[in-house]
Amino acid sequence: MEKDQDKILSDVTSGEYKYGFYSDIEMEKIPKGLSEDVVRIISAKKNEPEWLLEFRLKSYRHWLTMKMPTWPNLKIPPINYQEIIFYAAPVERPKLNSIDDIDPELRKTFDKLGIPLTEQKHLAGVAVDAVIDSVSVKTTFKETLAEMGIIFCSFSDAVKEYPDLVKRYMGSVVPYTDNFFATLNSAVFSDGSFCYIPKGVRCPMELSTYFRINSANTGQFERTLLIADEESYVSYLEGCTAPSRDENQLHAAIVEIVAEKNAEVKYSTVQNWYPGNKEGKGGVFNFVTKRGMCKGENSKISWTQIETGSAITWKYPSCILRGDNSTGEFYSVAVTNNYQQADTGTKMTHIGKNTKSTIVSKGISAGHGQNSYRGLVKVLKNATNARNYSQCDSLLLGDKCGAHTFPYLEVDNQTAIVEHEATTSKIGEDQIFYCNQRGISTEDAIGLIVNGYAREVLNKLPMEFAVEAQKLLQISLEGSVG
Amino acid sequence: MGLKSRQRTKVKRQKVNTMLIINNLKASIGGKSILKGITLQIKPGEIHAIMGPNGSGKSTLAAVLAGREFVEVTEGTVTYNGKNLLDMPPEDRAKEGIFLGFQYPIEIPGVSMVNFMKTAVNEHRKHNGLAPLSASDFLKMMREKKEMVEIDSKLANRSVNEGFSGGEKKKNEIFQMAMLEPKLAILDETDSGLDIDALRVVANGVNKLKKPDNSFIVITHYQRLLDFIVPDVVHVLYDGRIVKTAGKELALELEEKGYDWIKKEVENNIPV
Repeated sequence: MEKDQDKILSDVTSGEYKYGFYSDIEMEKIPKGLSEDVVRIISAKKNEPEWLLEFRLKSYRHWLTMKMPTWPNLKIPPINYQEIIFYAAPVERPKLNSIDDIDPELRKTFDKLGIPLTEQKHLAGVAVDAVIDSVSVKTTFKETLAEMGIIFCSFSDAVKEYPDLVKRYMGSVVPYTDNFFATLNSAVFSDGSFCYIPKGVRCPMELSTYFRINSANTGQFERTLLIADEESYVSYLEGCTAPSRDENQLHAAIVEIVAEKNAEVKYSTVQNWYPGNKEGKGGVFNFVTKRGMCKGENSKISWTQIETGSAITWKYPSCILRGDNSTGEFYSVAVTNNYQQADTGTKMTHIGKNTKSTIVSKGISAGHGQNSYRGLVKVLKNATNARNYSQCDSLLLGDKCGAHTFPYLEVDNQTAIVEHEATTSKIGEDQIFYCNQRGISTEDAIGLIVNGYAREVLNKLPMEFAVEAQKLLQISLEGSVG
Repeated sequence: MGLKSRQRTKVKRQKVNTMLIINNLKASIGGKSILKGITLQIKPGEIHAIMGPNGSGKSTLAAVLAGREFVEVTEGTVTYNGKNLLDMPPEDRAKEGIFLGFQYPIEIPGVSMVNFMKTAVNEHRKHNGLAPLSASDFLKMMREKKEMVEIDSKLANRSVNEGFSGGEKKKNEIFQMAMLEPKLAILDETDSGLDIDALRVVANGVNKLKKPDNSFIVITHYQRLLDFIVPDVVHVLYDGRIVKTAGKELALELEEKGYDWIKKEVENNIPV
């Protein structure tokens, strides 16, 4: 945790995108392009069982029948899937029991990023599963967690060691037919994290995954599956960075969460993918399908998302409130600066009785950024006593950016109470001057004001992420007030 | 030492000691000329009152001194402790000890007073080569100043000026002044909109903060505040110029005769 904070603090000292470096590690790549052969190669490289290969092939064939959706409020340049490399893994070495067998270059990369790969149990308190370019490299604290019966490992390992669990839950929240990018992911997903919290267990530490896109033209197609069995609790952190690239990089991940009866999952993300340069060239395309199923009674899933990066963000972390008395929450801060675009929000589907959902979305637009909130609150016919509260706020910095809101309310039950509030504001020159006159520079003033605006959401983050998020917000808006 | 040399030394000391020297200052807003040649000097330990009818340029003068960009200085100089004030950005002027009590303090939702003041105080300290205050030392300082200026504890725990009444906003300006301990405090119509009790509290705060090495410019429309904050010098601003300067009795004379008296004298070119 200490190292996480150091990394963040060293970031802060310059507005430049600090993660714009490459790792000169041996990467085993397959030739670019997508075909059934490529899908088979991926599966073979990972020594996957037949059933998983079938899942991939089924998905790929379905993908061929689909077209990319055109309804979002985004300008997306055409993507040539034949120009993308769909698999890149650091060269495998024979596994040993100690951490020291990791490729030294790889270790250096992780140190640069400040990931506490070394097990400093009492300092970090965070178990980290580090993903570098499609393959989970190391999982820490595995043993400690194993004592409690908690499984936290790479998706690939889970397929081998816990195939029944994977088979039972994979695709149950995001079916392979769900949408264009989810189907693509289902065909070519490389790796990700798998987490299972057994009945009655409260996970004692924050679980964390750390992503990085390294090689040129590689897409990242992670797949995460998080299962909280009855009466369990887990708080999960996801933080992402990527090095500077000129070509756009596709990031089409899937996150599925299942919360059984009386279980609770907190899923927090701080996303800082390369946003493109000041002219809007380059940057990551972040097209993610994240969904949680509140399967059991009284279950609860909370999403807390801080998005400052990516050239284009397109995601709707959602909750399906199937269990009676279940709760879904979505807290988000999304920043678009320079030429970034975002079409993001959430979907809360109320199915069970007495279900509750809370949505707090804070958009910040600066430069020429275009920020759209798209939210769906759906109350099904038999969802008695559903409650929803939505608040979507937009903050505009300057007069060349845009904030758009597309709220959808589909309520089919008369007992539902659905509240929606929206505000739009800008940072006034008077507010900046007031700070200046007290000795606070304009940059610091914007940082203060923006963090004040986002505070309600930032307060939902686990402590160690809250610090990074605050700094990231400030850096991402540097130079935005002229 | 002979009498003559003692007098010469006294004059030299006065020149070095002058905190603020405004010389023939002219300023416009949106092309319209507002200040038409202000000349003024303030020494440490002095309280200057600037009075005048609406539109005379009082707030514009405050804005120029604080460094607001929308006011364009077209002529003249302002020297603060020997430095060219007009060259400095507003946050530097603040850190050099200039404080503006705003006429209409703005709200900054989401930014707590504590966080705001801590940032401001530590920026000032950094500028003066001091280490930032620890959280506990800062809170202790806040408590002391809150008591000194009789500001309600609740106010300090909220977002900057959010939901404050007019009077509370003005008291909050004085509280911030107490926290930042400026060398030159400019109070821009701090008394407007205050009832007599709030006025007394504000004035008390100012009087408690008065020291031999700091100064105040009290901009006011009415004489009432000057019953409580007794000025050393009173200037009357009319149509962008200082048309009369005298001691504190001038304020009482204005109260009695009204601004029309000044206007008539200026129109009739009677030397004032």
